[in-house]
Amino acid sequence: MWSIFHKLGSPPWLYKISGSILRWLLPITVAALAIGVAWGLLFTAPDFRQGNSYRIIYIHVPAAVVALAGYYIMALAGAVSLIWKMKIADIAMKACAPIGAAFTFVALVTGAIWGKPTWGTWWVWDARITSMLVLLFLYLGVVALYEAFDNKEAASKACAVLSLVGMVNIPIIYKSVDWWYSLHQPASIKMTGGSSIDTSMLYPLFWMIASFYALFACCMMLYMRVEILQTQGKTGWVKRLASQGSS
Amino acid sequence: MYFDSLSGALQMGGHGGFVWSAYLITVVVVSCLIILPKRKEKQIILALQGALNRQHRD
Amino acid sequence: MNQASCQIESTLSTGQFCRRLLRRQLVLAVRRPVEIGNPLLFFTMVVALFPLGLGPAPAQLAEFAPGVLWIIALLSNLLTSEAVFRGDFEDGSLEQLLLSPQPLYLSVLAYIGAHWLVTGLLLALVSPLFAVMLNLSTASIPVLVSSLLLGTGVLSLLGCIGASLTVGLRRGGMLISLLVLPLYMPVLIFGSAAVKAAALGNPAGPYLAILGGMLCFAVALAPFAVAAGLRISIDA
Repeated sequence: MWSIFHKLGSPPWLYKISGSILRWLLPITVAALAIGVAWGLLFTAPDFRQGNSYRIIYIHVPAAVVALAGYYIMALAGAVSLIWKMKIADIAMKACAPIGAAFTFVALVTGAIWGKPTWGTWWVWDARITSMLVLLFLYLGVVALYEAFDNKEAASKACAVLSLVGMVNIPIIYKSVDWWYSLHQPASIKMTGGSSIDTSMLYPLFWMIASFYALFACCMMLYMRVEILQTQGKTGWVKRLASQGSS
Repeated sequence: MYFDSLSGALQMGGHGGFVWSAYLITVVVVSCLIILPKRKEKQIILALQGALNRQHRD
Repeated sequence: MNQASCQIESTLSTGQFCRRLLRRQLVLAVRRPVEIGNPLLFFTMVVALFPLGLGPAPAQLAEFAPGVLWIIALLSNLLTSEAVFRGDFEDGSLEQLLLSPQPLYLSVLAYIGAHWLVTGLLLALVSPLFAVMLNLSTASIPVLVSSLLLGTGVLSLLGCIGASLTVGLRRGGMLISLLVLPLYMPVLIFGSAAVKAAALGNPAGPYLAILGGMLCFAVALAPFAVAAGLRISIDA
């Protein structure tokens, strides 16, 4: 059983297997996203209260869910890297940061665009958007910390510690902001429409959330491949790979 | 389809600008997330090939 | 440190070691009164900035005073956090500390405790003066002081996490702010809420209790992160 972990911890194996996985996963993910977008944009009924602007939910909520999950994945990878000193976990953690930051950015921007027709202003300091903004800061902090270190091994360890501290803080921050918002804005409108959401709208939403998770996995594999090549550039297997001319 | 025509789909009852711009931004970001690492990977392999060729020549 | 003092250190109990460490930090801090005075001066000047920016209307100032006082406390704590470990890092004493047999958790707590004593505690004691300047109601001043006492403790603990991760970096600078400010936000939320509640005549007990809870949580966990950060920075 430990031989599985030994295999998983080997960069060349991961490079090879991610290549074969991506060959089919990436087209499927793109197709699923396209289907989900068409479904949400064109084949669901408009919302009673919000009209057609609610359609943004099909990208805002999946992006937000994956952004938050991505941080936990990053923190988990960091913990594995610190405790078991697995190189793959290190590379996974590094890959999560820019991807997660990008998804958080998408969640924030789409949230703001959704807010304009719904509440009349581009930015509302409601609990969810403010927590998303803090999440963006947490991601950017990890990226900045990595770049600031000259010694890249120390950089990874420092980022692992920071991600773990952030992971502990996210629930605290979310609860604090949630409570703070309820204190200042008693009559708040929840972004997902509060009361029951119609099942015809739930199915495309779940489809998109699943597609976004698949997208996250694909992006992680893509970034991990780049990182593996960059850090293992001098090793034999990479040289053989380059001379074969395959990718 | 819940829209009568293409212009209906584009307008979306006045909210068209918001919805389409949100989706467009997402598409742009997601495309970057996929295309940039793929390009970087090819660049690295090409650079390595070039370095190897130079080594074999010398 | 020479051989003789190393031998002496290893026969000290943990409690004695930490007390000595705490006293050393305080003595060092007191020898540079400017570094203690600077954050307080910063606090004063920024307090003066707010009426200049917002207008001197007393009612308006009073409304913003809780948040303003807390934000300034946060910022001055951030500024002083950066230097907590730097001096000892640069002359090698930090490395010696890591090598000592006493548990790093407690040694780190001594550093953080010393930092709080010369920043947060002083800030909390001086804050009534600024509360009066910003027209905060006198009924809320005790709550202000207690919220600052509890909250700056948490801020010191969190700030030192950032300090430990960035102590070895040459271009540390603004990085510690980016790392630590998200962690500060819950403290700010409940700290200013406590003072605001007191200003409105509502009980501030629950908010102070939450701050106390945060303090306990931070005291329990933050030193581990700080210790890990110090080890990483020294190894780098």
